[in-house]
Amino acid sequence: MTDDLDQLKAALKTATPTPDASARDKALALAQRNFDILQQATHSAHLENTPSSEQIGFFDQALRMFEHFGLRLGLYAVSGIAVLGIGIMILTPELSKKLLVYYFQSGPEPTEFMASVETTASSTENSAPVIKQAQLSESIVVQEENEQTTVHELVKLGISEDTDQTSVVPGSIEDLVSRIASGSEHSVLRIEQPMRDAGPVATSNLLSPKRAWNNQDNNAFAQLSNSAQDPLQEMEQFANGQPNTLKIVSEEPVSTFSIDVDTASYSFVRSSIMHDRLPRTDAVRVEEMINYFSYDYSNAEDENGPFSTSVAVLKTPWNQHTKLVRIGIQGETVPADDRPDLDLVFLIDTSGSMRAPDKLPLLKQSLQLLLAQLKPTDRVSIVTYAGSSGVALEPTPASDRATILTQLGALRSDGGTAGHEGLQTAYWQAEKMRGPGRVGRVILATDGDFNVGISGEEELKRYVEDKKNNGIYLSVLGFGQEYYNDGIMQALAQNGNGIAAHIDTTAEAMKVLVDQLSGTLVPIANDVKIQVEFNPTKVAEYRLIGYETRALAREDFNNDKVDAGEIGSGHTVTALYEITPVGSLAQKSDKLRYQSNADTKNSAELGFLKLRYKSPGESESQLIETPIIDGRAENSGDAKFAAAIAGFGQLLRGDTKYLGSWFYPDAIALAHSATGADQYGYRAEAVQLMKKVSAIDLTDNSFIDPSNLSRDTPMVQLGAFESARIAKSEWAWISRRFESYFEGKGPVIQRRATSGGKVFYRLRAVGFEDMDAARRFCSLLKAENIDCIRVAAR
Amino acid sequence: MTVGIRLTDTMRMKTSDHDLVQAANRGDGDAFSALLSRHYDAIHGLAFRMLGSGVDADDLAQDICAVLPYKLRSFRSDANFTTWLYRIVVNAVTDRFRKQATHRRVLAGWGDFHRMQQDEAAHAQNEVAWLYRAMSSLPDDLRQTVALVLGEELTHAQAAQLLEVSEGTVSWRMSEVRKSLRAIARDEEKTL
Repeated sequence: MTDDLDQLKAALKTATPTPDASARDKALALAQRNFDILQQATHSAHLENTPSSEQIGFFDQALRMFEHFGLRLGLYAVSGIAVLGIGIMILTPELSKKLLVYYFQSGPEPTEFMASVETTASSTENSAPVIKQAQLSESIVVQEENEQTTVHELVKLGISEDTDQTSVVPGSIEDLVSRIASGSEHSVLRIEQPMRDAGPVATSNLLSPKRAWNNQDNNAFAQLSNSAQDPLQEMEQFANGQPNTLKIVSEEPVSTFSIDVDTASYSFVRSSIMHDRLPRTDAVRVEEMINYFSYDYSNAEDENGPFSTSVAVLKTPWNQHTKLVRIGIQGETVPADDRPDLDLVFLIDTSGSMRAPDKLPLLKQSLQLLLAQLKPTDRVSIVTYAGSSGVALEPTPASDRATILTQLGALRSDGGTAGHEGLQTAYWQAEKMRGPGRVGRVILATDGDFNVGISGEEELKRYVEDKKNNGIYLSVLGFGQEYYNDGIMQALAQNGNGIAAHIDTTAEAMKVLVDQLSGTLVPIANDVKIQVEFNPTKVAEYRLIGYETRALAREDFNNDKVDAGEIGSGHTVTALYEITPVGSLAQKSDKLRYQSNADTKNSAELGFLKLRYKSPGESESQLIETPIIDGRAENSGDAKFAAAIAGFGQLLRGDTKYLGSWFYPDAIALAHSATGADQYGYRAEAVQLMKKVSAIDLTDNSFIDPSNLSRDTPMVQLGAFESARIAKSEWAWISRRFESYFEGKGPVIQRRATSGGKVFYRLRAVGFEDMDAARRFCSLLKAENIDCIRVAAR
Repeated sequence: MTVGIRLTDTMRMKTSDHDLVQAANRGDGDAFSALLSRHYDAIHGLAFRMLGSGVDADDLAQDICAVLPYKLRSFRSDANFTTWLYRIVVNAVTDRFRKQATHRRVLAGWGDFHRMQQDEAAHAQNEVAWLYRAMSSLPDDLRQTVALVLGEELTHAQAAQLLEVSEGTVSWRMSEVRKSLRAIARDEEKTL
């Protein structure tokens, strides 16, 4: 039988052509050109960043970054902290959890992420039984006969199971190395772990920070997890992402958190729902959903510092016995004359796919809108990327609008996409414009088919992060409906300290480029922290809605070294507490008999709000204080809408404990009644999302009880999920998408637990004549890139 | 701080990959050029065996070349350069497969059997037609495995390391390949 393989081998070798000479020359020339560009572009950075003593330089740099950017460093810095944490042991579990969360927000798909964690586990302890992604395909084969919990499922769920799974045997790489290296006089080094990307991290890297710093983020990141007690356990905490629990005022009267002006979670939720899928519960950050919308707090009486604060009491839509306390912050709008000059490089995707009217033409319109916001002393450069990248407009003062508009108008779409190269050219332009007191920013405008190609997302992110640390920021504008690469766009922008926005209409362009861009470009207050002390004579219990990833320790409120969120020009920030007044029927905890002699002097006050912020460039914070006065519930459209979104977010999180029977229809009705002027239609869109979700988030019981299935009933397994709810929504999605295949098939959800006690849910389909029919079904689905495994009921 | 010695042309003929990488990373454009010329054909060859199309291999090789200057900076001196490069090619191919899947593009390369039949009509080579038929019958991961095990003549263990699967998986995949070849043989017998 080897004859077949020999024949294939021979045919393969014969068929391999000599490379086309002109293609070869072109590729080599391109490489050389990029090499030169890279040399030029990074020359100055090299001088700055490569101190003679590598080790001290590294720690110095990492520490500086750590202080300066805190947790929001992005991935490049994550690798820095990771190494730092291991090297000098300052990494707390809490911090690593936050970093995990951050990683998820901007990082790869969870499965990849898990795989990277596991890899390191094996790199540090080769003997430990670890689950390897490498075994996926094997385990799939195994499962056809064996009904046990499979590694496949476990990896997907991120669960460790104490099985005898052996990891890839180390050492055999040595053979490979020696074999391929024949012809080279180099001595063969032993590599003790499977290869990941270009270079594996050996544990000895920990002694050589410079090297680890240079390494792949996922490896360095994995080291980070490894430094925690139990990386998998750490991950579970993250996966559960516990919603804030009810606090009893007499026990814990003070609540402290950092503000959060990000809105990425809303985009994520929106895009999931638009694709007929429930968002992962741990990706739903309720505060970011609330903050996607702006609310009018401008009439707040308490105006001091760079923003005004507004405190109001609202009705709780889902519980008539509790109230919502709303804290609203409105950042002042900095007039353009007062902000630093901007050097903007528009990196514009002019590839063929941009031809659609909602892409390049809309992009041009959008940039015209933006141009109108610029000062004469700002400068603009345009770089295009298509088949090859080029500079369409050398740096030009914004005052020369005619030239800029002419160049913008002349852009045509054709050719393929060379994103990476374009990005390098854009940064090169930005470097050229650098000057004291100016802010450089690359604005990438694309339909999302950004070819990160071989460079890989991680490296690209690191590149962007690196540029940010050198003072050049990156924002991303996405165009068109087929926005495939949303994840990397978000990640790039986060690492580049900018926004990632998706522009589908001129109205959205107005929102992002006129209102929000100035907000993102011009920070007005840094490290904004909120602390609320509740009055135990008025409030029995409270619960902060959202902001889970932003919690601060009580004492950190006054500690100016502790990082917190920024507010940009014109931003609004909203935080909601659900409070249970003393004596309310809603009170969950019993009253204490002996503790109720608190000072009742300030009886009109539900609590006291303290807010700290730093003005940009300053290191000392300032304090703003406001009492929270109980009064008539505000019933404005803004109030109702924020409450509706808060409820919607909690439903999406599956955090329904406090919502009673309140469900999507209630959210829809409330939000619908409160869309107000809704100039751009965002609120109306949110209502549409709610309607859509109510069709996906199945609550019915049309699922077949697995215990009713007779032995050996043929089935296929479509996946394993963290909750029955997600499994159901997956069924809703998949069975509609492949309607013709799923005719006559019924869903089964089987609850399973690992030996470690972690529960998960298998989604299966029944309705096959025999195993062969199931096999055919699976091959159809596999061709559509859907996981599918044949199984038989036991 | 070590100061790099600039390499002359004659020295470079015998210079190891590692030294070229180091010189390139210090900014020596000639070293970079020499390194890439040395390895371009290997990149292209592996790309072809995985993709099954000379044009696609040209494309992919160009993509790799374009990012190599940047990529090179993450090369670690204790890794083997060729292995490292293979890995980049494998990743790039995987990336391409993934993208094709996302865009639901029509299969190209090995999968484009019909185009191949037309192209190869001129060649009238049964063997080539058989090769394309064989390769197109395999899923992506099996084709990648074939390219490494048969094309590059790596052992199962070596291929396993590059593909990040276990050796057993590679062996299993190769047995699947054999099965697939046998099925084709049976088909051909029938049609004869």
